[in-house]
Amino acid sequence: MSISEIFKIILLILLVVCAIAVNLTKRLLPAIIIFMAYSTIMAVVWALMESPDLAITEAAVGAGITSILFFLTLRRLSRMELTDPADEEAVRQADEVEETDS
Amino acid sequence: MRESVRSWFREELSGMEEFLDTEEKPDASRVERKSAVRRWEEQLLSNPQMQREIQRRQQRYHTIYRLVAVLSCVLFGLVMLYMIAHMPHYGFANPRADEVASRYLEEGLKETGAVNIVAGMILDYRAFDTLGESFVLFTGLVCSLILLRVGARNPATLKHDQYFDTSSDAILHKIGVLVFPAIIVFGIYVIFNGHLSPGGGFSGGTILGSAMIILSASAGFGTTDRIFTYKRLNLMTFAALGFYSLAKGFVFFIGANGMHNPIPKGVPGALLSGGLILPLNIAVGLVVACTMYGFYSLFERGRIGHA
Repeated sequence: MSISEIFKIILLILLVVCAIAVNLTKRLLPAIIIFMAYSTIMAVVWALMESPDLAITEAAVGAGITSILFFLTLRRLSRMELTDPADEEAVRQADEVEETDS
Repeated sequence: MRESVRSWFREELSGMEEFLDTEEKPDASRVERKSAVRRWEEQLLSNPQMQREIQRRQQRYHTIYRLVAVLSCVLFGLVMLYMIAHMPHYGFANPRADEVASRYLEEGLKETGAVNIVAGMILDYRAFDTLGESFVLFTGLVCSLILLRVGARNPATLKHDQYFDTSSDAILHKIGVLVFPAIIVFGIYVIFNGHLSPGGGFSGGTILGSAMIILSASAGFGTTDRIFTYKRLNLMTFAALGFYSLAKGFVFFIGANGMHNPIPKGVPGALLSGGLILPLNIAVGLVVACTMYGFYSLFERGRIGHA
């Protein structure tokens, strides 16, 4: 078995490990980072399978843009979860005003 | 589930009528009725018998949910494995599907004029698919515009802009400004050499878009707002998609009627070769770059440019 074949097998095992780890990770931030790693490994696998077009796109879209959008969504969600009692009170009052108006 | 719990409780407990039939009091205001219902719900939930019932139903729900999830996962995996078992082995000849592939590989350079046969395939033989993909991206941008846009005059937006202005970080700012032109040049290189080397509109456009994202993340949105206003982004996307549709429609019309294609193929390997592939790559690159930056801007602050 040549070195390149061993390298390929290691990459494919890592790919499967990453795919399972994304599902099993409870916290969302590490899950996104593992997903990023999955895309990066996939890009290397595409390059080894002699399709550099796909490798470039996978690296740019899968590891780059998708992860950025995931991070932004996560930040938005965690900001929503930070509930201030004062804010909740304000929202409730606004609801009531709206209902008495209608 | 809440509705069934409510009906169950209505049967089980009496003495709550004054809260239950609040709907039938026409003189009570909506706020009063709502607070009465809220009180009633709080009393409901503090009842230990009720809590046990809710817990029992939740457990049943979770069991069924997990069972269905595992079953559908296993089923999907089995279907995929079955499909893979019937696929030809990697790297071996497949007489059923190799006809088209060998035709592309043997005649592709002559027919499309593109040295990179993948570009010849996705922008000449299968150009209609690529048009559909560009429109999918455009539709995605429009949908997130509808869902995420909050507008510049929203006070929440202004507050957010103050809090998350990263341009105050000097190191980040300088590195971003330093790296930006290099990434832009690389993206333009990938797009313009799409028919000569690996790459093309999609990957080059993504690189351009991520350059814009890096600049706006490091130097603040003020710098990119000067280049990418809402109007210009719309105009660029519209022009690129319109040009693509018109150019490909022209080629389809000519091909269907058996007319001579007036677009010169050029010398294979030269920058200006491959007929329509280079302009189409530029169009796709523009659409993708605009979409990627638009996504980022909408996700980050709910607007593109100043609008």
